[in-house]
Amino acid sequence: MRSDLRDMSRRQRTSPPGSGVALAFGFSAVSSIALTVVYGFGGQPQLEGLLLGIALGGLAVGLVRWAQDLMPGGGYVEQRDTEMGGPAQSAAAVRSFERGEQEVQRRSFLGKALAAALGALGLAALFPIRSLGSAPGTSLEVTPWAEGIRAVTIDGEPVRPEDLEIGGVLTVFPDGHLDAADAQTLLIHLPPGVYRPVASGREGWAPEDFVAFSKVCTHAGCPVGLYQPANRRLFCPCHQSIFDVLDAAAPIAGPATRPLPQLPLEIDADGFIAAGGDYSEPIGPGYWSRPRA
Amino acid sequence: MLRRTAGWFDTRLGTSAFVQKALTKVFPDHWSFMIGEIALYSFVVLLLTGTFLTFFFDASTSHSVYRGAYEPLNGVEVSDAYRSVLELSFDVRAGLVMRQIHHWAALVFIGSIVAHLCRVFFTGAFRRPREINWIIGVLLLILAIFNGFSGYSLPDDLLSGTGLRIAHSIALSVPLVGTWMAFLLFGGEFPADEIIGRLFVVHIMIVPALIIGLLTVHLAVVWRQKHTQFREPGRTEGNVVGSRLWPSYTAKSIGLFFAVSAVLSVMGGLVQINPVWLYGPFEPQQVTSPAQPDWYLGWVEGALRLVPPFDVRLFGYEIPNPFFPAVLLPGVTFTLLLAWPFLEQRFARDKEAHHLLDRPRDHPVRTALGATTLTFYTVMFVAASNDLIAKWLGASIFGITLIFRILILLLPPLVGWGTYRLMKALAASGAGHLSEMPLAALTNRGADGHGAHVDGGKGHGAAGPPGDGHAGNRLGAPAEEARTPGG
Ligand code: HEM
Ligand code: FES
Repeated sequence: MRSDLRDMSRRQRTSPPGSGVALAFGFSAVSSIALTVVYGFGGQPQLEGLLLGIALGGLAVGLVRWAQDLMPGGGYVEQRDTEMGGPAQSAAAVRSFERGEQEVQRRSFLGKALAAALGALGLAALFPIRSLGSAPGTSLEVTPWAEGIRAVTIDGEPVRPEDLEIGGVLTVFPDGHLDAADAQTLLIHLPPGVYRPVASGREGWAPEDFVAFSKVCTHAGCPVGLYQPANRRLFCPCHQSIFDVLDAAAPIAGPATRPLPQLPLEIDADGFIAAGGDYSEPIGPGYWSRPRA
Repeated sequence: MLRRTAGWFDTRLGTSAFVQKALTKVFPDHWSFMIGEIALYSFVVLLLTGTFLTFFFDASTSHSVYRGAYEPLNGVEVSDAYRSVLELSFDVRAGLVMRQIHHWAALVFIGSIVAHLCRVFFTGAFRRPREINWIIGVLLLILAIFNGFSGYSLPDDLLSGTGLRIAHSIALSVPLVGTWMAFLLFGGEFPADEIIGRLFVVHIMIVPALIIGLLTVHLAVVWRQKHTQFREPGRTEGNVVGSRLWPSYTAKSIGLFFAVSAVLSVMGGLVQINPVWLYGPFEPQQVTSPAQPDWYLGWVEGALRLVPPFDVRLFGYEIPNPFFPAVLLPGVTFTLLLAWPFLEQRFARDKEAHHLLDRPRDHPVRTALGATTLTFYTVMFVAASNDLIAKWLGASIFGITLIFRILILLLPPLVGWGTYRLMKALAASGAGHLSEMPLAALTNRGADGHGAHVDGGKGHGAAGPPGDGHAGNRLGAPAEEARTPGG
């Protein structure tokens, strides 16, 4: 099939053989020169890509046409080994190995000692892996939030209830821990009276209709970035989990299985919003030894 | 001069016998054999452009201030990594083209590996004696995906930071060792400062070295075993028909290298990709929306979105949800891929060596299974954009996700069944090509078994073996009798 096609294109050509090839190489050279000029005048990304493309493309067209039109093409036949090797050869190889093995086995104690030494070395060589990171310890279970720590914005500003209108949402951090990614928290100002403490013990967690939930998605840890004040839902843009703020941020859609942990709030003596303690449970995605809430 | 050089080496290394054989080595000319070469040449482009990038990229998350031509971020404090990528994009001459060629080459590289894998699968080129190269190929695919991910995580922008965040959570989800694994890989709790520097070493040294090593073996094995070829007049199990390495195949192949790099250059110049300056620098409390990974991780992303919300609790321990789509699924995927040649040998009871390729219709079961599998991963891939689709259709995300959950169960078996019927009908009709098959052949159920014998005559000369089953191979292809026993 293909060789037919090639024959046809060969027959249809009237210009002297090779002129197309020469033309393509010529194009390529001109384009390369233009490329250096563009570069010399300060460069321009689109032109650079285009000219480089033409320079390379000219070489491509030239070489392929040269090969297809002017070089001896397909039709060569070469024999192949349908099966490699053979049983006799394998058997001979195995015999050679076994002969050596017998020599070694005569000193079987030495062999065992060697294995032990290599094993010990291998084990010792594994230890530096431990240097790669800190021990997890309890770091996944706790955050810097604690009773009395003020909630501050990413600029470090403390927040008063009157700073956030009803329906508003603000990302806050524990004062002094602006770089604590695990402590990022959504501070939400609910309309008066809608807060329902779902679990007992959370009655006092929403002073002046402010609630706070971890911003780290319990699915795979993305920041739960979007809040819809109308139906009080939080939306995670990564895999579309949706959390119902009025139901203690329980997931109502998407792959998340657990509510966003709630942060108890209080208003401190100076009128700023502060934490009443750490989160209700470990924040963020699950892991093997995650304690149950 | 040439003669003298050849003699110099030959008297010292005895190279001439090999060189003489190599120059006249025969390579088949089928277009589908070029796909693997496209992968190879994209990788060469990655090496060339990547080396340029390393001279400017600064793999550190220490903070510095960007001062350069991109006004919106001029004077803003960002990480060194992000700053250096901004500089590469706006302040280093030819930097943006190199960056964009590099990124496009990565997408084409992995795309052509997948296409190459499909070619090998659907034509049965993985059968004995080529199982070794199938395994190496799958390993190369895994390494390429991994290097792509580590590469686009380097610039420390908001999109890739989100990807790393998810990667940390996926590592955490592994039973028993997950927590330690995540902490050792990243250096601690997310976002740990070490990760960019580590990914850099992985991206520019460890994985490329592994790829180069495996690629070398891959090509050496092809060289040793010689290419497969399609069943056509004059082609037998015992020979290879095609062009000689020198000069025509060499010229064509180098031409292909230039063609691949030409296309990548034009794309790198004209089609914007990964504009990290628009995403902004990574901040742990921010996220881009929408957020999709590069295409080759779309299936994992889709799976993460499609699994129903469940965790497993075992004796007080937890296997969190992401484990299933993001660890188990890829694990099973690649294990099955690696095992496929051996599974097929077992179930099709065919342990023979094959050097002539199947056409997809010659093995309808395999073709149907392949189509089923591809459909399964395609549905997941599309589902990775469920938010965009919902927005585009003005539909609710609940509804769209539900539809995808249904599709992933329904579509793959349906496509598999349809493919099976189509392949059977095609084989029975004796048409040279799908487009030449009369429509009636599809509806003619009775043709399934009987039509098989007519197929040899048309178009392809000693064409395909009838139906499936390897016993048929002998019947359909008398040429095989000529094969040289034992070599
Ligand atoms: C399997 C091969 C490779 C793949 C799939 C790959 C893929 C990628 C991707 C997708 C990026 C992100 C580019 C962007 O910013 O948009 C990247 C960045 C980078 N790659 Fe590679 N790459 C490969 C090999 C290499 C090699 C061999 C080197 C070095 C010799 C290299 C050096 C770099 C550098 C320095 C960056 C960061 C600069 C930047 O992001 O602009 N890559 N790589
Ligand atoms: S990280 Fe939020 S839904 Fe996956």
